[in-house]
This record gives sequence, C-alpha cells and structure tokens, in this order.
Amino acid sequence: MAKILGGITTSHVPAIGRAIAGNLQNDPYWKPFFDGFPPVHDWLQKVRPDVAVVIYNDHGLNFFLDKMPTFAVGAAASYQNADEGWGIPTLPPYTGAPELSWHIINELVEREFDLTTCQEMLVDHAFSLPLKLLWPDDEYCPVHTVPVCINTVQYPLPSARRCYKMGKALGEAIASWDDDLRVVIIGSGGLSHQLDGERAGFMNKNFDLAFMESLIADPKWVTQYSNEDIVEKAGTQGVELLMWLATRAALPGPVRKVHANYHIPISNTAAGLMVMEVAG
Amino acid sequence: MSMVRQKRTIPGTSIFDGALARKGYALNKMCFSFNSADNRDAFSRDEDAYCDAYGLSDAQRAAIRGRDVLGLLAAGGNVYYLAKFAGILGLDVQDLGAAQTGMSKEAFKAMLMAAGD
Repeated sequence: MAKILGGITTSHVPAIGRAIAGNLQNDPYWKPFFDGFPPVHDWLQKVRPDVAVVIYNDHGLNFFLDKMPTFAVGAAASYQNADEGWGIPTLPPYTGAPELSWHIINELVEREFDLTTCQEMLVDHAFSLPLKLLWPDDEYCPVHTVPVCINTVQYPLPSARRCYKMGKALGEAIASWDDDLRVVIIGSGGLSHQLDGERAGFMNKNFDLAFMESLIADPKWVTQYSNEDIVEKAGTQGVELLMWLATRAALPGPVRKVHANYHIPISNTAAGLMVMEVAG
Repeated sequence: MSMVRQKRTIPGTSIFDGALARKGYALNKMCFSFNSADNRDAFSRDEDAYCDAYGLSDAQRAAIRGRDVLGLLAAGGNVYYLAKFAGILGLDVQDLGAAQTGMSKEAFKAMLMAAGD
C-alpha cells in the first residue's frame, strides 16, 4: 500500500520565481527565506518520496471565471508550467501519476467530494515554485506529481471545515492505493497577506504563528473560523492557508514537527514553511 | 426571501463574490488574456481597440486608462487577474499596494518590513 511520509507546507509568490531565475538566493532580502529550505532537503533525502501530491490554488492561469471548480484534481501524464503574464522563465514540465490520480478521483467522489477532473492542466507558480524550492538542483522535478487545486479566487470558497474533510479523505484515498509508493503531501499558499484594497499590505504574525502551531497539536483549530473570519485575520489572500489545512488533514494520525521557518516579508507576503512527519 | 446575503464589512477589504464576478467579467476576461505575450503586445499597441474587443464598461475602461487600481477593483476586477495587467505596466505588488493605500512605495515597503517585528 502507498505510504504517506509527511507534509511540507510553504508560501508561494511569483517573485520567488524571479529570485530563482536571477540567482538571488543569497541576496540579503531573500536569504532569510531561502535559508529555510536546506533542512527540508535533508528530510527529503531521508524519506525519499516517489510522488508529491500538491495542494495549491490557481491564480488565473488554468482556470478562469467562466468555469471555476471548487476542488480540481489533475489526471494527466504531464503538466506544463506557462507564462502567467509577467514573462518570468517557465519551469520544465512535471511528470504526472495518472493511475494514482484516478484512484484519488474515484475515492473522493465515492466519499461525496464532487470534483472537477483535469486531463489537461497548466500549473502556475503555486504548484511549480514549491517543487523547485524542494528540489533546486534537479532540472526536472524528480518525483511524480498529482495536482489538487482549491478555489480561492471566487466566493463562495469551500470552508476550512470542508477543506479539512477533503484533506482527510484525500489522505485515506492515497493510503488505500495498492502500490508501495512513498508519498509526500505539499501544501502551497498563505500565510497572511493582502494584495488588494485599502488594507493592502496587511499581515498578521501572531495569527500565522498560532495557526502553524495548531497544525501540530490541534489541527482542527482553524475550522472554527469562516472564510470571512480568516480574511479578516489573515488578509484576502491569507485564506490560502486552506492549502496548509488540507495538507495536515491528509496526514494520518499525530505528526511531529521536523522543521519550521517564518519570515516577513517576501514581496507582500508573510512566508511560512513547515515540515510535518507522520509519527509512527 | 432576500436574494442578497448579508455581507459583513472588513475595512479596506472586499470579498470577490458572485456580484463582483458578474460585474467584472469582461475586465477580468481581458486581464486573463494577458497570460499570452502576444495579447499583451496587442493591448500595448492599441489599448482602446483591445478594450473594445472585450466589451469593457465605461467605468472599467476609465479605470484601465487611468491605471486606477481601486477603480479597477470597484469595477469588479479580481486581483489575481489584475496582476497580469500590472505586469504589462511593469508594476509589482508593492507598486499596487502603494497606489491603493496612498503611500509612497518606500513607505509601503517599510510597513511590510515592520509587520515582521
């Protein structure tokens, strides 16, 4: 059976792609962010995943408002990155895991999560940058991938409670796959930030740190909040923390915190990073 | 029964719901097209013709012409799509933040830094 090793959660902003393309990892502005990653590389060396299931939100590359799925799962043999409007160099294609994708789709729909299934799917910076940050030296991402996209563009968004349940069902679906694959879950989004409106630039360090801690000891903590509560506390795009929540929910049982980093700001965003290993 | 759900107010913040998604559809569709470099070039060559092709409203057109970020949001623009318009203008998210808060870019960046204290 497939084994879930743990989860890695990280923030994403397009500017990380520009920093990587320009080799700015040691630039004083970027160093506190990139310095968070070597312990994650060590952990990946130790656990050796075959597959990464990446929970992320699309920013208007693959999905437009003409059709906006709440939950979408990729089922392609490969996924292309593409220009998102800024001309940042694109990253090479990602290898899919279509058989595992279809198993996940079948199991999630059976459990009453009515998904959109994507046999073609462009993946944006929220998908590509975490993988590049985790495997910086590989030209091609060395693991197979399954994209799981959660709508954070157009309300109503799925609630934290619903994302927790989806994550839990996703983890159970993966664990029931009859193949000895080693799987890591990646959650890409957040933490607090707000790009739009007169409150642009808003961040909330205390809330972010409380949320990060909650994932270890009390993972349902944030499900007490509505998405509007989360926007109030973490900013309009802070609601992307739903990716972290679904990732944690996909991990079976208790977890051990292997590593965490938190830095303000990268671009307009509070950048969080955490590695959670499945205990036992 | 009311068709409109009671919305709560979060200062300086709007929730991109169905009403805004309807209002902003043409504007967001145009900005979505800017994923393509060819489309960005076509817009830059003739902004008015490009706005015509997407059927922008007068308010949307005025906000595009005026590079008015809050006006674009009020006209139904969604920030994820508007960011692609900002890219054509060579503006980053600190420029957008400064424009929306009425701060200088330097003051806005200092505010971001201070959030980490």
